Amino acid sequence: MSVSKRSLKLVAWMVVLLLGFVALACNGGGTGSGAGSVSLQGAGATFPNPLYQKWLSEYGKLHPNVKIDYQSIGSGGGVQQLKGQTVDFGASDSPMKDEDLKAAPGEIVHIPTVLGAVVITYNLTGINQPLRFSPEVVADIFLGKIKKWNDPKIAADNSGVNLPTTDITVVHRSDGSGTSAVFTDYLSKVSPEWKEKVGAGTSPSWPVGLGGKGNEGVTGQVKSTPNTLGYIELAYAVQNKLPVAEIKNASGTFITPSIDTVKAAAAASAANMPDDLRISITNAAGPQAYPISSYTYILVYKNQKDAGKGKALVDFLWWGIHDGEGFAKDLQYAPLPDDIVKRAEAKINSVTANGATLRQ
Amino acid sequence: MSAVVENVTWRRMLSPTGNTGDAVFRILMLLVALLMVGIVVAMVIALATDSMLSIRQFGFSFLTSQRWDPIKGEFGALPFVYGTVASSLIALLISIPLSLGIAIFLVEQAPHYIARPVGFLVELLAAIPSVVYGVWGIFVLAPFLRQYVEPALAKWFGWLPLFRGTITGIGLLTGGIILAIMVTPIISAVVRDVLAAVPGSQREAALALGATKWEMIRVVLVNGAPGIAGAVILGLGRALGETMAVTMVIGNRPEISASLFEPSYTIASAIANEFTEATGDLYLSALVELGLILFLVTFIVNGIARLLVWNVTRRTGGVARA
Repeated sequence: MSVSKRSLKLVAWMVVLLLGFVALACNGGGTGSGAGSVSLQGAGATFPNPLYQKWLSEYGKLHPNVKIDYQSIGSGGGVQQLKGQTVDFGASDSPMKDEDLKAAPGEIVHIPTVLGAVVITYNLTGINQPLRFSPEVVADIFLGKIKKWNDPKIAADNSGVNLPTTDITVVHRSDGSGTSAVFTDYLSKVSPEWKEKVGAGTSPSWPVGLGGKGNEGVTGQVKSTPNTLGYIELAYAVQNKLPVAEIKNASGTFITPSIDTVKAAAAASAANMPDDLRISITNAAGPQAYPISSYTYILVYKNQKDAGKGKALVDFLWWGIHDGEGFAKDLQYAPLPDDIVKRAEAKINSVTANGATLRQ
Repeated sequence: MSAVVENVTWRRMLSPTGNTGDAVFRILMLLVALLMVGIVVAMVIALATDSMLSIRQFGFSFLTSQRWDPIKGEFGALPFVYGTVASSLIALLISIPLSLGIAIFLVEQAPHYIARPVGFLVELLAAIPSVVYGVWGIFVLAPFLRQYVEPALAKWFGWLPLFRGTITGIGLLTGGIILAIMVTPIISAVVRDVLAAVPGSQREAALALGATKWEMIRVVLVNGAPGIAGAVILGLGRALGETMAVTMVIGNRPEISASLFEPSYTIASAIANEFTEATGDLYLSALVELGLILFLVTFIVNGIARLLVWNVTRRTGGVARA
């Protein structure tokens, strides 16, 4: 009896101690944020997540009083949370739709941060040079109209390549993804049939093919299955040294995807960029432009409720599109062209709190 | 007067022994049990309210439609229901004989120095995370099936529509086999415990009546039938809800095909795949309704399994309940 009483007492003491620690920890956090420091929450796209995490850690070193968290829950989730005002900024690979903007409780500005590209990878043995595809061929393969590797339409762009007689196994993303949105946006632009039958979006209803989860799922299936063809992000293909196809762009040149050709696509379409910076740059017209390229955006409310938080947010964004761009290339993202940086600067400067501008 | 009587009956109900500690303990346990029921009810209510939009829009056709096109806003759950049930059935078809064999060997035949390590390894299989199974499925199982198993099946059983079509190594059959491997340790571990719990006197009686070892094992199996069925239901529950490993090898294509080689899709995989990027209220609502349907499918399949158990128990006169 006395033993059990003693052990009960011990447990009670431990609980008290534990509660004390918790209280201390909470208190510590509380005083921390009280003494002139700010914490910001962001959520959204997975594609730029490695870059944003790098930004957060670098920015955190320069500004220890600003604590920023970014959760890569997907573009759709980022838009939802921004609309619900549970985060201070959202992030999305594709610009927000008009109806989403209308449904939001305030005006939202799009700040482009970096560019990415979607590439076509494949698993064919005995081929030493990169395959070349015309836009119609890519669309027909994903529509299921071109079924064999040695189809005359594929052979026409690849003279001298010994194409096998086997069936093409198409691999696409099974999870909802900005990568799929960019790819189907491109296919909708180059193929009226695709636009009518399938359309563009994060989870299209694919006419043919197997679904792999994430870039790694698509890559896994392509790597382990002969005669497959799939699409993945440029950064992922470069890091894993996968074969990538050259795609014929709107100027009629076959372009190898790279940071430079993606940047060329952004530069070529800069003149067409609307005031709100929401633009799709697939099938861009420049001679060196890689046609399946895209911006990724950070989304913020134009009118910030909290001046302190708003100030920290615009300062972070300003740093991101200037100093932060320096980290992009190492992580295989294309930095913004200079004139787009200028346009983004103007957007950041337009953010206000209680009617007063936050920068300058 | 009546108040006093009522009070007394209440106290009787709460603590037949008249001890306050017992009463407190009894109420506490009742609350814990009710909490479980409460969570299930709360889940159903949450799923139902969040899927109202989709239920109103599509009604019953959600269950019968085969189109799943988020871009055009058309949603039908039938291919997912089919994929979920079919992959789980394949898993059970492979897993039940395998698990029974493992359990019988471990309990009735293996010497201790083999039974211990083998039993340990089987239980270890149950602890492997499902992502690991999925990666193994993509890089080892799928190529193996593509190169050896599926061509052989197509050659010998190609006259059945089940084994026709393009051989890619990714599809319903691969999903079912991965599930079978994941479910086997669960079923065999429970069956082993069930067989071990069958009284030794049963075995002795059978042997004393001149039964061979095989006939004795049959007696043991019949005695353990309700427990074995319970183990199968447990495995089935795991198979129906498994997400990661299946999604990596099943091909994720919402289509009903007669062939086991063709890609398919399960409800759990669809939710996991599409939830993060689902924009638009109707799309989200349709995904939540998929969750509600998975709940119902699990409920119905469990109900059918329990009916079967009840039927078997009645015929064999076993005492244990699943």
